[in-house]
Amino acid sequence: MPQVVVDVVLKPEISDPQGQAVLGALGRLGHPGVRSVRQGKHFVLEVDGDPDEAELREIAETLLANPVIEDVELHLRND
Amino acid sequence: MRIGVITFPGSLDDVDAARAVRLAGGEPVALWHADDDLRDVDAVVLPGGFSYGDYLRAGAIAARAPLMHSVVDRARQGLPVLGICNGFQVLCEAGLLPGALTRNSHLHFRNRDQALLVERADTAWTSSYVTGQRIVVPVKNGEGRYVAAPADLDRLEGEGRVVVRYAGGNPNGSSRDIAGVTSADGRVVGLMPHPEHAVEDLTGPSVDGLGFFTSVLVAAVAA
Repeated sequence: MPQVVVDVVLKPEISDPQGQAVLGALGRLGHPGVRSVRQGKHFVLEVDGDPDEAELREIAETLLANPVIEDVELHLRND
Repeated sequence: MRIGVITFPGSLDDVDAARAVRLAGGEPVALWHADDDLRDVDAVVLPGGFSYGDYLRAGAIAARAPLMHSVVDRARQGLPVLGICNGFQVLCEAGLLPGALTRNSHLHFRNRDQALLVERADTAWTSSYVTGQRIVVPVKNGEGRYVAAPADLDRLEGEGRVVVRYAGGNPNGSSRDIAGVTSADGRVVGLMPHPEHAVEDLTGPSVDGLGFFTSVLVAAVAA
């Protein structure tokens, strides 16, 4: 069944305290080389038939992400 | 004056909101998220809580509930709508108010009595106050940090759309200490603090919150 992956991350200008908390933990764990962490969401959708990219983009941009604060990326893959 | 209070799955403060409406002299009308009928109300309150468990994003799923289609349609025609805490999150997700609410900058749930400065005393929900008035009402949230792109914040400030601002400390890292904003027509207001918890001396830190609920009685008559 075709899968569609949607990745959602906060826009660069919106601060991400969760990512910053992860970054702080990495520093304490001895990974000072990691400069930045941005945390996001990863959705995997299984759809019937051929994925309709326009419909999926609408789903991603109107529900899965809030375009006011988040950027969204759509990845179609046929496994 | 019939003031609707919407209950979503996970709403917590709908009973307190209805009580505040009654104490202010209005008639609270219970509304259910899955209906599409606003039951001839003169105004609507979206209460606090954790609608749909705050899954996806706080307020995101509730903003697409059947009754919200009616609320959005009527709000665009001037129906007064107040969103408190989760209700504010729902109004932003529904596109009735600008910006968004997200995780507090310190990542903690913050629960305390909070001073606010009223910057707009001419909206449907704040006409009982005077501009510059300092009020104290409870605040309680984990995802109450008001954010928007810097250019959008500049535009909001320029248009005078900030209704209340945090005073004496910002509880959640909200941009520019913004605690509540309004629509361009001043009929839709959202704020993270809880005026409905400050309407009686017995249970609240003040009775400063009652003004939101008395204001709308005037606004609904004028409409």
